[in-house]
Amino acid sequence: MASGNKDLLLQTRDLQAFYGDAQALFGIDLEVGKGEAVAIIGANGAGKSTLLKALSGLVRVPPDQIHWRGLPLGGRAPSEIVRMGLALVPEGRRLFPSLSVQENLLMGQESGRTGPWNLERLFKMFPILQEKRNQPSTSLSGGQQQMVAIGRALMSNPELLLCDELSLGLAPIVVREIYNALPEITSEGMAVVLVEQDVSLAQRMTQRLYCLQEGRVSLQGNSSDLTREQIRQAYFGL
Amino acid sequence: MFELLLQGVLLGGLYTLFALGLSLMFGVMRLTNTAHGDFIILGAFGALALNGWGLNPWVADVVVLPIAALLGYAIQRYVLNQTLGKDPVPSLVVTFGLSIVIQNALLETFSADPRSIESNGLNIQSLVLSDSLAVGVLPALILFIALIATVGLQWLFANTRLGRAFRAVSDDPEIAELMGLRSKKVYALATALAFMLIAMAGVLQGLRTTVAPSDGPMLLLFAFEAVIMGGMGSFWGTLAGSMLLGVTQQVGFRLDPGWGVWAGHLMFLFVLLVKPQGLFPKTR
Repeated sequence: MASGNKDLLLQTRDLQAFYGDAQALFGIDLEVGKGEAVAIIGANGAGKSTLLKALSGLVRVPPDQIHWRGLPLGGRAPSEIVRMGLALVPEGRRLFPSLSVQENLLMGQESGRTGPWNLERLFKMFPILQEKRNQPSTSLSGGQQQMVAIGRALMSNPELLLCDELSLGLAPIVVREIYNALPEITSEGMAVVLVEQDVSLAQRMTQRLYCLQEGRVSLQGNSSDLTREQIRQAYFGL
Repeated sequence: MFELLLQGVLLGGLYTLFALGLSLMFGVMRLTNTAHGDFIILGAFGALALNGWGLNPWVADVVVLPIAALLGYAIQRYVLNQTLGKDPVPSLVVTFGLSIVIQNALLETFSADPRSIESNGLNIQSLVLSDSLAVGVLPALILFIALIATVGLQWLFANTRLGRAFRAVSDDPEIAELMGLRSKKVYALATALAFMLIAMAGVLQGLRTTVAPSDGPMLLLFAFEAVIMGGMGSFWGTLAGSMLLGVTQQVGFRLDPGWGVWAGHLMFLFVLLVKPQGLFPKTR
């Protein structure tokens, strides 16, 4: 995609991120278009989570390294970024333990954004959450907690949903159930960035794919065009 | 026996008001405000000062509350927020410093003399319950206010959007920010609310007895003991801890006037020994 394309939502240019003195990202160029599903794969420590943290404001980066609809996004506070339309489903779900299921979901509305997603629609997509809406979020199974984490992010009606390892620690059947909801989420033009360990799942669910290795993009392309061999080389750097 | 219990519960009402603000600030921000007692005294002197400038004493007692809330908001926003983090030491040092500043400023402005807030005789009126039993109107009023404050806080935390935000930033401030909340602003609102309770406690203490600039640390100690005995689970815990402290002190006073406060300390140590997480621990 060329820059200046009006369907371009998010663009990073030479994105560098640090944890203290340790550099985690060494110049990432990434683009996400409106309504596009993009996968980010890579081994542990490749910088996938750091990338999502930089995009959502949890890791601060210089303003010019991230642009959102042409506006500089870097350096802004997470609370400001969610208002602009980026929502993160964090690694490990991180629900609020002293809030009920419904209260966790309602926290997504603190951004003040409105749109198609509300409690009613979420409960239709994940009926089990309606049943358990008044229970403490800690009483739910891992898969159900992941549904709450996704729902909480959707409640802010983002234009771009960032998902950090939705399948982490979940049984394959549960992962399938969660990913089955993805088409409905993207059906109204919401863009999605999936960080995923399961490469073939990531390929099936997205149009484009980036592979990170040691903080750099080692491969990018259309998800369906990339071969196993290409991905394996980019993944392990062999 | 019943009278003893009743007197203890009435005293516990006062301690509840001492403790709620501390419990609130610790619960939301994990911030231990070692100047808590001094702020209570500052609240009482604030009402005295307003009265001294010609305001009717009852009006002064009420007007001091929103002023305290503004002060609390500003102190959190511009001083205490900068001390928060994984390390509790900066906030302890800063609030300890505030404690010294407040004590000395009060001493400089009002002298060391104990004073009380004019109550137009309310502090000596009593309700006769039976031939042998009467309770003071003011202590009963204080207990009533303490119960309302506890129920009100509990309700606010459980049922309102602000209460949900308080719990969310307490659980995980980083994720709360991701939801669009500004944690530091939520903290400032929590401290504003705590300071209203603090000023109310100060005014009622000033009405009931006397206040002096050096009284703060003693009140902090009572508030501490009540909060820790109650556990950090809820404001009900704070109420229970305060009642336990009030009753124990009253029993001690009955045995010997010099033993009251000491009996409270012993009960505190006993609770720490048998149930260190408090009567109503946070369940997670």
